[in-house]
Amino acid sequence: MTATAASGTAAGGAAAATSSGAARAAQRGGAQWIMAALAMLFCTLARINLDSFGGIPWIMGGVGLVLLVAAMALFARGESRADRLASPILFGLMVIWLWEMLVVGLHVPFVILPPPSKIVEAIIGNLPILWIDFQQTYLHSVLAGYAIGCGAGFLMALAIDRSPFLQRGLTPMGQLISAMPIIGVAPIMVMWFGFGWPSKAAVVVLMTVFPMLVNTRAGLASSEAMERDLMRTYAAGYWQTLLRLRLPAAMPMIFNALKLNSTLALIGAVVAEFFGTPTRGMGFRISTEAARMNLDIVWATITVAAVAGSVSFAAIAAVERLVTFWHPSLRSGEKA
Amino acid sequence: MSTTATRTVAAPEFVPPAAAAPGIAVNAEKLSIRFGEGEGATVALADIDLTVGRGDFVSLIGPSGCGKTTLLRAIADLVQPTSGTLRVNGMTPDQARLARAYGYVFQAPALLPWRTVARNIMLPLEIMGMARARRRAEAAQYLDLVGLRDFARKFPWQLSGGMQQRVSIARALSFKPSLLLMDEPFGALDEITRDGLNLHLHDLWARTGLTGVFVTHSIPEAVFLSTHIMVMSARPGRVVEVIESTLPRRRRLEDRETPEFLALSRRVRDALHLGYGHV
Amino acid sequence: MSESAVRKATGRILPIPTVVLVILIAWYAGAVWLNAPQAEALMDPDQPHGFWTLAQACWSMDRPVLPAPDQIVSALIDSVFGYPLSSPRNLLLQAGYTAEAAGVGLLVGLAFGVALAIGIIHVRTLDRSVMPWVIASQTIPILAIAPMLVVALGVMGITGLTPKAAIVAYLTFFPVTVGMVKGFRTPDPLQLDLMRTYSAGRGTVFAKLRWPASMAFLFPSLKVAVALAVTGAIVAEMPTGAQVGLGARLLAGSYYGQTMMMWSALIMASLLAVFGLLLVFVSERLLILRRGGRL
Repeated sequence: MTATAASGTAAGGAAAATSSGAARAAQRGGAQWIMAALAMLFCTLARINLDSFGGIPWIMGGVGLVLLVAAMALFARGESRADRLASPILFGLMVIWLWEMLVVGLHVPFVILPPPSKIVEAIIGNLPILWIDFQQTYLHSVLAGYAIGCGAGFLMALAIDRSPFLQRGLTPMGQLISAMPIIGVAPIMVMWFGFGWPSKAAVVVLMTVFPMLVNTRAGLASSEAMERDLMRTYAAGYWQTLLRLRLPAAMPMIFNALKLNSTLALIGAVVAEFFGTPTRGMGFRISTEAARMNLDIVWATITVAAVAGSVSFAAIAAVERLVTFWHPSLRSGEKA
Repeated sequence: MSTTATRTVAAPEFVPPAAAAPGIAVNAEKLSIRFGEGEGATVALADIDLTVGRGDFVSLIGPSGCGKTTLLRAIADLVQPTSGTLRVNGMTPDQARLARAYGYVFQAPALLPWRTVARNIMLPLEIMGMARARRRAEAAQYLDLVGLRDFARKFPWQLSGGMQQRVSIARALSFKPSLLLMDEPFGALDEITRDGLNLHLHDLWARTGLTGVFVTHSIPEAVFLSTHIMVMSARPGRVVEVIESTLPRRRRLEDRETPEFLALSRRVRDALHLGYGHV
Repeated sequence: MSESAVRKATGRILPIPTVVLVILIAWYAGAVWLNAPQAEALMDPDQPHGFWTLAQACWSMDRPVLPAPDQIVSALIDSVFGYPLSSPRNLLLQAGYTAEAAGVGLLVGLAFGVALAIGIIHVRTLDRSVMPWVIASQTIPILAIAPMLVVALGVMGITGLTPKAAIVAYLTFFPVTVGMVKGFRTPDPLQLDLMRTYSAGRGTVFAKLRWPASMAFLFPSLKVAVALAVTGAIVAEMPTGAQVGLGARLLAGSYYGQTMMMWSALIMASLLAVFGLLLVFVSERLLILRRGGRL
């Protein structure tokens, strides 16, 4: 409820800002695009010549940076889709460029921070290893653990649905356990299920089951009293009410848990591999290569993990938009 | 003070098909409802006697907290009476609910946002196990009835508040109950929309021969729609007076300026003041 | 108090002990089931033994697969009171190291998070360019960088508390930023218009309206952050052979097959998280009391 109200206010604020924003956007002409292009040109030249012309590349880089920030500020005034995308993309490029310039230019030791160019090289050069690690960690531990954990949490929530007694007992337990450092069970799971992926999947199950239980419970309770009265006036039975009213109404909360769990699952699987694993897996790679100071491979693996995490999240969010299109936070085309 | 409503039977040309035989739709005797127990208990309704004949349109009007909504909910078996008897179509409220004897319209439209307008109207039919093709036909018919044929495939949140409430009336009627219970259905709407919906509801009632029980705060609304107006007082909820309408059965919005209408409004207002005097 | 009120109160409280009791019973049963093969191997095969003897053997093994709850409790008590507080074998000392890292990191993360949130609501460019990244960061396993951060800082000669606190700060910073941006934006247009009619400046609007309104979002963010902080501190203590902290104890226990060591470290870590949550909960309650019953 709070979230809905907050987004409503935010939307109101944005609508109020639009009129002045449009006016300001009109003054930009095309300057933001020209600035962004010039900034990229200057920044690229600065990087290419970093090793040759002494101080000149740094001056060019400074000009590029100023142009980049100015372009970002101009894009931030607009409301169009391109404007909304351009600012974060430029910011991301700026961070990577600064990282590259400073690390290369200041000769930061490789073992402290490799430049992005070296990380890209490491990704390209180690594709087979990265793929094997990805298979081990993501396709086995994460997917199996996520499916079992979310499924079990959901079924538990349904199973205790008809017993207020169990709900009052299990819901606070679930909330408490969700807040605990469950990741610490990883060594115990390795002891129980061995070094292979099942022990990691078990950690993932334990990390995801309680958030799902708690969220599904909250979702099943989220239909309004009036809607439940309505079903009662139709003399609808328990299952009809569950199927037609309470489960659809619970979907936004269930998707919240699915999204939260997708991140938790990856963390659980990666960290659990710190405790012993066959010689593959993203967590194994990160911990062993970090100990050997091969930070480019570590960064390459972290990049793969980050991409896997955000792509999974985006995929779930896309399904969410299809299923809960009716929720106030996702509605489009408000009035006919 | 309690008054028993005695009444004449509805005019013959409007005898509804659902209740061919003249009779009693709702009957309450010495009905009391208390919430809570012991000293903290509040008495929502005290010794209510009420009779609603088939084909009648009865409005319940009174100050906030007089228990008019509670009375409606008791008829719908959404609250259980503490004492007294209550009969709906000759059955207990529970039996009547299971027999799907009434349609209920809430204060808010209470439409399910993930269903289109047409599928919202089909919801009760689905629950009652009607075949898909017939469901579709029925929904289309009732969408026509409330003048929303073109909006069948829209979602509720794409409609205005007045349209949403029309959908919820269509939904309440879709399974052809003989009794329509309405709890301030137009309370949240602006005056003009409300007038339009009042006329719409009146036409519906006159055409179908439904029995209506209608909770409202508005005197003109109650007088315009009703054959009988039950005025209630608050804490505990009691019946002050049951006023039988002297207006003809068919009404137009313009009738609201006639001396007869104004006199009736005056009677309702006086009774309401009497009810406030109790507080 | 009437009879029904008593019934209502017990109805609300009773389920929790019941569920706890069921879990305990299941735990003891599970300990018998999981430990039985090992326990039987240790027993004298010639001596006939009943189920009860077997169960007792299962509940008192040195290195059980699943220790019985009373074993964990006594191991916990032993590791807290059995050694002087200065001894590295004292679990309270180890918990102290972890708590220190979690606490310092949390405070730093909180300060940075609030500061960035203030920037984001006031500077449009920051809002548009940084905020999407802050939100996107919630979707990636940030914790994976922990080993590398420890190594990189170690190369620079920074060891001990700082790398752990840095990881915790990095982890907690994002949820705090997201929560506080939401919180600072809760005042509705009417309230903002009211401040405008007083011709209040941005600073005044922030102090009188945005900051008080954001409290309802600060505490939920803090609860998330506390859980993350303890997890982050433990993980930061794991991979590099760190000498101290609950994470190091967990790792050592797993290395040497010391089941009881792992379990007591795990329970201690959970207690630490609960203690942190309790602190947040109490301060939330205090503020709610001062505000007359709601945030």
